[in-house]
Order: sequence, then structure tokens, then C-alpha cells
Amino acid sequence: MFILAEVQPMAVAIFAMFVGLVLGLSFYFARKAKSASGYFAAGGTVHWAVNGISFAGDYLSAASFLGICGMIATKGYDGFLYSIGYLAGWIVALFVVAEPMKRLGKYTFTDALDAKFESKGIQFAAALSTLIVSVFYLIPQMVGAGVLVTPLLGLEHYVGVIMVGIIVITIVATAGMTSTTYVQFLKGSLLIVFSVVVVAYLCHAGLTTKPDQSGTVPFYEYKSLAAIEANDTITVDGYEFAGEFADGHFVKLIKDGKTSWWLKHKTEDGLKLEETQWITYKDGVKWINGAVASKDNTLRQVGNLEKIKGKTEATGPINPIKFLAILGDKETVVKRWAKAPTFKDGNDDVTVFYPKWNTGNEILRPGQKFKVEGTPLEKANFVSLMLALFCGTAALPHILIRYYTVPSPACARKSTIIAIAAIGFFYILTLFMGLGAMSSGVINLESGNMSAPLLAKSFGLFLFAVISAIAFATVLGTVSGLIVASSGAIAHDIIDRFMGVKMSDKQKVISGKIAAFAVGIIAIVLGIIFKGMNVSFLVGWAFAVAASANLPAIIMLLFWKKTTAKGITASIILGMISALTIILLSPTMYTRYGLNPADAPIPLDNPGLVSIPFSFLVLVVVSLATQKDNAKLEAQKA
Amino acid sequence: MLHEPAAKTGKDPASPYKMKLGVQMFLIYAIVYSGFVAINVIKPVLMEKIIFLGLNLAVVYGFGLIIFAILLALIYTSLCTKKEIQLKNEEGNE
Repeated sequence: MFILAEVQPMAVAIFAMFVGLVLGLSFYFARKAKSASGYFAAGGTVHWAVNGISFAGDYLSAASFLGICGMIATKGYDGFLYSIGYLAGWIVALFVVAEPMKRLGKYTFTDALDAKFESKGIQFAAALSTLIVSVFYLIPQMVGAGVLVTPLLGLEHYVGVIMVGIIVITIVATAGMTSTTYVQFLKGSLLIVFSVVVVAYLCHAGLTTKPDQSGTVPFYEYKSLAAIEANDTITVDGYEFAGEFADGHFVKLIKDGKTSWWLKHKTEDGLKLEETQWITYKDGVKWINGAVASKDNTLRQVGNLEKIKGKTEATGPINPIKFLAILGDKETVVKRWAKAPTFKDGNDDVTVFYPKWNTGNEILRPGQKFKVEGTPLEKANFVSLMLALFCGTAALPHILIRYYTVPSPACARKSTIIAIAAIGFFYILTLFMGLGAMSSGVINLESGNMSAPLLAKSFGLFLFAVISAIAFATVLGTVSGLIVASSGAIAHDIIDRFMGVKMSDKQKVISGKIAAFAVGIIAIVLGIIFKGMNVSFLVGWAFAVAASANLPAIIMLLFWKKTTAKGITASIILGMISALTIILLSPTMYTRYGLNPADAPIPLDNPGLVSIPFSFLVLVVVSLATQKDNAKLEAQKA
Repeated sequence: MLHEPAAKTGKDPASPYKMKLGVQMFLIYAIVYSGFVAINVIKPVLMEKIIFLGLNLAVVYGFGLIIFAILLALIYTSLCTKKEIQLKNEEGNE
């Protein structure tokens, strides 16, 4: 039996309508994908305005929509740093990369890198980099599809992953880049329009210290108990003290035979015990807040303001500027929640979710996630991340291939401008949606990623159904783009150009479709294998690897005449290896391996600060050492 | 033999101008972006400072970077288009 939750008929109807429209478009456009140019690059005939919004549809992945909103909802302004960095990357794409990429390339960015050289090394290295970056990007999208499908359609994770896989394979295998373009166009437009609707609802509802999801979920008042600590014991009226856990952070109390967990909170008025929420695994059975977990017993959604500019009155409707001004005020108090590491209570595994308080001025500036006031190393990590975001966008293969779908370099430029405007506007909305979720009591403690859809749900089921269907469509649009990019790397870069297999135009299309099918199946398998893992960090990897492997090659090819084929090849390969090595040996990965992060041989979590300059250096050194190759090339041309 | 672009593009005499302009604008944006990163690293508490309408520096600078990117993009394309038309007209007159 794979039905997990109560199905929302409206959500199913909207989702089915969207999928029907998308598949209908794919079959309609299938006749346009008979040639390799039609299949890989939509024949280079897409209007620049459509391409611009499609860029937005391609770029605004689940990581952008669900991930950024979720991170802002749980960490405040730090999540918005991703919005700033992701958008800034488009400046590199517009001013440096757009027109030359269009002028030099054919179907893939490997074409552009290799236009001058006809080098097997570049063909292989760039195709490999495309595949690695695309797979890192694919996994979180597929896992996200599985996560979304449960609340939306009431189906199991694997069903969602398989469904997305089949739909996307159909989209790509029928009409390749043409259908992918229109899926992305539809999704990009809907995402922006309905995000505006959510923000409008949010401002109309205003801010309150007791959010109740438009009257549908009564506000839950968490208890705060006065306690006295003496002689290794804690005394609380009406409760029996049963011990301290997790280095004295949490207290176990018993009342009427029922166990509860409390956070120790030292205040000016003495010790307080604050009510928490908790998950216990007893003999493999999941318990939530002292009762067996079920559809009716889940963790309560959280997040609210305890003070609005020092007061507890609701604001009523407010404008967007006032909304931000209130949330950033130093007299506004935000109650957030954090998850403590799981600890043992006898044979039981206990995970406690506990409240934290921050003033508005702390929430609306960096510092809750990125330790900008920390050690030099922590600051270096922050700089490294901002550098990778800035440099990564213009080097993402699935974004670069969109330049080949328009008729001219001028159209490539214009479509990038539409993309910047659309994506920039959307990213501004993410701050409102994230902070809205943070203050509206809609954060799911087990998955912050659902914050934006759950915020929409607090305004009504229709909006939730639409936003969830769009979130699902977000996955479809981005996965389609990634599969087209991977299919091009395999069929065009590797089979056709690197291996030199002679194929007719029709055979190229068939090999592209087979490659798309194979990558689609791999994506399904990976999406199922990685179930339950927080894999959003893989998008960060994709950016870091793309920025380290591809950007130095693109920039130097355009601006340094001494660049050689061997220089480009070495820079791609070593840029990729150095970025991956730093990531795999970083403290964050050591934590994931279950090892002590302090033992990690490389102290940096974000590789960009080292691997991007290193890749540039490799390109310069190898190019200078192989200048004879360029001289030979010049002689051949002459 | 080298491969050809998906859609044939003619000679673009404005290309050197556009490339130079692009690099200049990229540098301007990179400096402003670096300023944002530098404030966060050197004096993060400055980000709390209220600038106007109750909005702090973090929000104003963050939104500013996004709006500045859109403005620069519009200026860039209008200058590029103007140059393309100018060179096309000059070519036609010759």
C-alpha cells in the first residue's frame, strides 16, 4: 500500500492539469525535434523573451525555491545570501560569457571551449565536467520530487521519483530542447506570479505574535516553568525530576506517568524550563511528544514572533517595507527552533527540538548560519562560498546550453537580461516568503524545505495546491534541462566528437534520446537511493565544481590569446579534482562520515577560494609550457 | 573541419566594443559585490545599521545588489544595441 496521506483533490487536479499541458506540448513539438539542431538546441529559433523566462525556469530549481525559502525561514538573512550570490553570478554570464558562448558554440559549451582547437582532451574533459556537475544537480532535484509528492499527492517517495523520471524522460525524448524550453517557460512564469500572490497574502495578513494559519490551526502556547537548581537536582512544581541529558542542556520531567523534555534556560528571573518537542525511537517505533507517531500525531509546526517592536499586538495589513522594518527591529523578538543531536535515554534514541530567541536585528543580518564574526577560517569559508556562487552560474552546463536556443548573440544577451530581471525579482520575494514562514508558525521541524508551500497553505488550500504543483513543476523544468545537457554531453561531445562515431543527423537525434533515457533512469535510481538524505549541499558542490572546472577555461579562452588546448584540459580536470578533494576532506564531510570534524585534513568547507585560483594557475602554467601547440595550430590555419 | 553554430551568425563589428564594455561593467559590479562581502567579514555589525524607512544595511545592500544588477544589465544592452545600430548604419553608408 503506498498511499500515505490524505490526498488533496484540488492539488491532484492542478498537478494533473500541469503535467497534461506539459506532455501535450512535448508531443506537439515532437515534429520539430527531427534534426540534431532541433533536438539539442530547439533549432536556435526560440524568441529571446521566451528564452529569458526559460532561463529563470531552468535556474530556479528546487534548491532555489524550497531550499532558500527554507533556509531563510530557519536561519534568517543567511539564507538570503544565496539569493544574492546566485543572482550576482548572472552578471558574469551576461557581461562576459553570453555573446561569445553563443558565437562559438553549437549545441554544448564543450563546442565553444573547443571551437578554436578541435582537441580530444577538451572534448572529453568538458563532457566529463558537464556530467559530474549535472549529476550533482540532479540528485537533490529527484530527492526533492519524492519529498514533495507525499504531502501533495499522498504517495510514497519512490513513486514520486519514478513519476518525475518518467515524465521528464517523455518530455526530453519527444522534443528535446524545444519541449524543455516551454516546460521551463511555463514553470518560470507560474513560479514568479504565484510567489507574488503569496507575498501579497502575507502582507495583507500582517504580523502577529499568535499566528493561527488563517484560523485553521489554533496557536499553541508553549509552557515555561520556573525551576530551582540545587545539589544536582532540579525542583519544579507538579513535576518529578528524572535527570539531565545532553551535557545538561535538557531536563527530563515526569508528570502523571508521562515523560516530557524541557530546555534549561537561564533568565534574569532565574532558571526556567522551556517546553520542547521531541521524537523518541523505542524498539524501532517512532514516538512524537510522548505518543506513537501517526497521521494525527505529528510535530507541531513552529516559528513565531514573541514581540513585535516590543509589543504583542497584531499589526494588521502592512506594506512590504514595513514588514521588513518590523522584522529587523531590535525590539522584535523571534522564536526559532533548533534540532539537538540525538542522545540516548536508556535504550531509547531521543531527538529534541528546542526554542531559541533572537532579536530582529540579529535575524536580519548574516550570522545565524555563517559565522562572519568567528575565526579567520570561518570568515574564509564565507568568502569562499560567496566567490563560488558568483563564479558558478556562468559555468553551469545546463544553463550555458540555453544560449544555443536563440537565433543570435544579441538575442542571447537580451534573454540573459530578461533572466536577470525575472530571477532577481523572484529572489527578492524569497526574503519575504522565508521570513513570512519564520513568523507564521508554519515551519515543519523535520523539513524546513517545505516552508514556502506550508506558508501558502496557511492562506488556503487552493494556494497550497497551486504552489505545491509549481514546486513539483520546478523539479520537472530543472531536471529536463539537466537531462538535455547530459544527453548532449554523451551523444554530441563524447560519441560524436570525442569518439568520432560517424552518424547521420537522424542517428544523432536517436543517440541523444537514448542518452536522455539512460540518464533519466540513472536519475531515478539515485533519487531513490538518496531518499531521506539532506542532499541540498550537492547543489553547492555543483556550483563549486563548475566554477573551478569550467569558468577559468571559459574566461581565459576569451581573454588570453596564449591559452592552449592542453591548458584548458588541465585546468578543467585539475580544477574539478581540487574542488572535489577539498569538499571530500572538509570538516562538513567528516561529520557526514561520522568522524570528528576537527580531524579533517582540510579545514575549509567551501573550496572556491582555493580551487578557482588554482584552476586559473594551472591553465596559465600549462598554456605557457605548451605554446608550441598554438604555433602549430596557427601554421595549419595559414 | 570545425563545427558550425546551431544558428548562423554573421560578422559582428560591435563585438570588441561589447566585450570591453562588458568587462568594465563586470568590474564595477564585482567591486560593489566585494564591498558587501568585505563589510560582512570585517565589520558585520554594520549590517544592522538602519539606513532608511526602518530598513537596515543588510537589506538595503542585498536588495541594492539585485536591483543594481538589473540596472547595469539594462544600461549594457541599451549601449550595445545603440552601437550595433550605429555600426550597421555606418556599414550601410559605405
